[in-house]
Amino acid sequence: MSDQTPRPAGDAMPPLDPNEKLDVARLLEGIANYKPRRRGWHWREQVPDQKLHKFVYKETSKGLKQSIPLPAAHYFGGIDPQPDCVVTTEIASGRFEDDIRRMRMAAWHGADHMMVIRTAGQSHMDGLLEGTPEGVGGIAVTRKQVRATRRALDLIEDEVGRPINFHSYVSGVAGPEMAVMFAEEGVNGAHQDPQYNVLYRNINMYRSFVDAAVAKHVMASVRMAQIDGAHNANATAVEAWNVMPELLVQHAINSAYSVSVGMPKEDICLSTVPPDAAPAPCMRMDLPYAVALRDLFGEYKMRAQENTRYMEADGRDATVSHVMNLVISRLTSADIQSTITPDEGRNVPWHYNSVAAVNTAKQSLVGMDGLREMVTLDREAPELKAKVREIKERAVLFLEAMLEDGGYFASVEEAYFVDSGIYPETHDDGIARKADGGVAAGTIVERAADYLAPVCHHFGDNHLPEGLGDGAAAGGAGCAGKPCVLIGGCTLCDTDKVPFIDELDPEDNVNARLAQTAELRAKGLIKPEVEWAADGWVMVTLFLPAAPRVAEFAALEFGKAMNLQDCEVINKQVMHPAEGTLIELKGRLDVVVDPATLVIPPEPVVMSDEEIKAFVAEKKLKCVAATVGEDEHSVGMREIIDIKHGGLEKWGFGCQYLGTSVPVEKVLDAAIEHAAQIVLISTIITHGDMHRNNMEKLADLAVEKGVRDKLLLISGGTQVTDELARSWGMDAGFGRGAKGIGVASFAVRTMRERGM
Amino acid sequence: MAREDTYLQIRGHLAELSDEQLEGHFWELAQQVVDPLVELARSHTSPSIERSVLMRMGVASPTCMAVVGECDKRGLLGHGCGHVVWHCARAWDVPVSEAARRLAAGEGWDVVEQKWGGAA
Repeated sequence: MSDQTPRPAGDAMPPLDPNEKLDVARLLEGIANYKPRRRGWHWREQVPDQKLHKFVYKETSKGLKQSIPLPAAHYFGGIDPQPDCVVTTEIASGRFEDDIRRMRMAAWHGADHMMVIRTAGQSHMDGLLEGTPEGVGGIAVTRKQVRATRRALDLIEDEVGRPINFHSYVSGVAGPEMAVMFAEEGVNGAHQDPQYNVLYRNINMYRSFVDAAVAKHVMASVRMAQIDGAHNANATAVEAWNVMPELLVQHAINSAYSVSVGMPKEDICLSTVPPDAAPAPCMRMDLPYAVALRDLFGEYKMRAQENTRYMEADGRDATVSHVMNLVISRLTSADIQSTITPDEGRNVPWHYNSVAAVNTAKQSLVGMDGLREMVTLDREAPELKAKVREIKERAVLFLEAMLEDGGYFASVEEAYFVDSGIYPETHDDGIARKADGGVAAGTIVERAADYLAPVCHHFGDNHLPEGLGDGAAAGGAGCAGKPCVLIGGCTLCDTDKVPFIDELDPEDNVNARLAQTAELRAKGLIKPEVEWAADGWVMVTLFLPAAPRVAEFAALEFGKAMNLQDCEVINKQVMHPAEGTLIELKGRLDVVVDPATLVIPPEPVVMSDEEIKAFVAEKKLKCVAATVGEDEHSVGMREIIDIKHGGLEKWGFGCQYLGTSVPVEKVLDAAIEHAAQIVLISTIITHGDMHRNNMEKLADLAVEKGVRDKLLLISGGTQVTDELARSWGMDAGFGRGAKGIGVASFAVRTMRERGM
Repeated sequence: MAREDTYLQIRGHLAELSDEQLEGHFWELAQQVVDPLVELARSHTSPSIERSVLMRMGVASPTCMAVVGECDKRGLLGHGCGHVVWHCARAWDVPVSEAARRLAAGEGWDVVEQKWGGAA
């Protein structure tokens, strides 16, 4: 603990190197003294009419310094347009040291809002946890984990060149403490909604609202963005589409409450999800709700979440649902676009699925850039107009009845919320809570006439000496005029006063976990992982010509045969009841590869399309090609020359294909006749050294006819290597996996070198 | 109690409102729902709120837990645990973090009793 020792402000860690892994051990050095460099939320910087490559974008923001663009970007000058809205990724591995590596990957793909899920059960803990214990389905949110993550994000945001928002939860029984710790540690956003506590965590309703006021007021003091919890209603309700009126009510209660306790409207984000999914006509059902919400809450921010209610184990199905959700975001509005990983329906999200979800959002948002200018909602369309009005009226009726029945607490006792009927219809299946029941019931205490809290940004009655405000008004350094002048400064005004506790548990901590994988890191060994370092999980896709149940059990046998442990079928899809089933199987592979033992041939150097095209056009390059000898294989050669396979024709090479089983003499004669500069021969059959004989014969003949210097002789085939081909008189050989670009690049480079 | 969808029967009073009026009405109702909640929060505190006060005073979380736990037992939450610690710090002429540490260790509660009385 260092309660009073001043902390050095600077960060001694060098910038991240894109070719080096994030060093977690180094990150934890000096963590006791690390201070966040920024507080509050960061919105992306909009760039109107941004010009990138040959396009103008209407809804994009400032680009990144370093990033990984969408797969097709190489056709478009390698651009990586960043949408106008903040893009979220949710990370829940339970180990912060693994979370931060995933955050780095997600940031490189365009995420700038890292939402860290809390470990199961933390919301019922009356107090803060310390240290770095492992969590289940999320991390134990502690000061050390938060500080280390914020420190990592500070490095990552410098690497990608855009501020990154860090976010977790100010809910549960310890909300006010969590809010103070987050404010001190530079956490930029948080979920805060007392209704979430009441409905889904069964935390006493009085306690939840009393705590929430203090928590929200502290959050507001550092301009933390707040996200509400309304989306949980449609993730819980039996028929999610019927919850729409109630969702408006929940948003309104949290929003009005937040504003009343001092939070600026522009920091309040509504967590909204299109409630439905196909095969329902979901977009027609969800759009009126999205419109009604934005009509009523125009002064607030929209955090558009993706649907989880109807998510199954099929990643393709989930991705399509999410793209439809993104269309609604683009047709209406989104300030924060959240993402759900396509594997959330089957397991705790894996690294690459977090990235996949970010890319689904980026691809869709950029693809629909400016669409709103051409495709506008027809607000006068009868169904849209009527539905928007109806949803609002039903929400008003809901509020009227709540007040008539005695207000918020009474209505929760009467199970108004998360009922599957569309209000005023009820199915009597809502969540009921007792006002005097739940976790931490009976723990609120009336403030006495001398109640005093000598700190800043404290909500509620506070009998401070005359002249001391709540701290919000008093600006500048020092604590003169602020409540904390009484104690010589509070942690919100003087960060040197923030205490730090390292570890409380000698076994359950990050150092113990890192020790388990220390050898791998020290030796640079590679083991597959999806969640935690060296967890060994792999997934295998199998199509099995069997009925689903049979296929499932057969798959487990295949998994064992592949030496996988703890095999589990995580997705199966019937192709036909009898003809077959698609299975996705996960299992642990307890195998380590040492990269030092790998023989990795140098990567072929390829040129840009433009460079090759220019040279081919200038030299009017031509080639003759044939499969030589008694050999009928033609596929490989076709791959190398055909334009539709990305072959030589793509760059303008004139290609004369002579066919299969062509004698070597004939190939050379054709080259001379067509004045070709390049001869391509394919030799698949190796029986009796046929491939070697043909290559040597071609080289010898070329010398005999006096054309060897004018030609590039290239051979290819499954058994051909560059080394062998050169030793048998060729200029190059291409083996398995060769592509047209490799051959084209070689030809251009060699001809330049030789001045041909 | 389950209820049929009575929307069409009970919406009559809303039918004549313009969209703007309807939205205004929605927000008036929402404010009426939250006003008593805000009042409850203004006039009450809780163990977590009091720990959050001590945190802002620079006190580490286990110490906050111990001091607020003892204050709660003694029925002192309503005066403010920060108030208790501040009072002791002044009485002993030490920084508030030191006062909190002593109270957490069970020392000096007599000073508290002199001001606010004994355990309830």
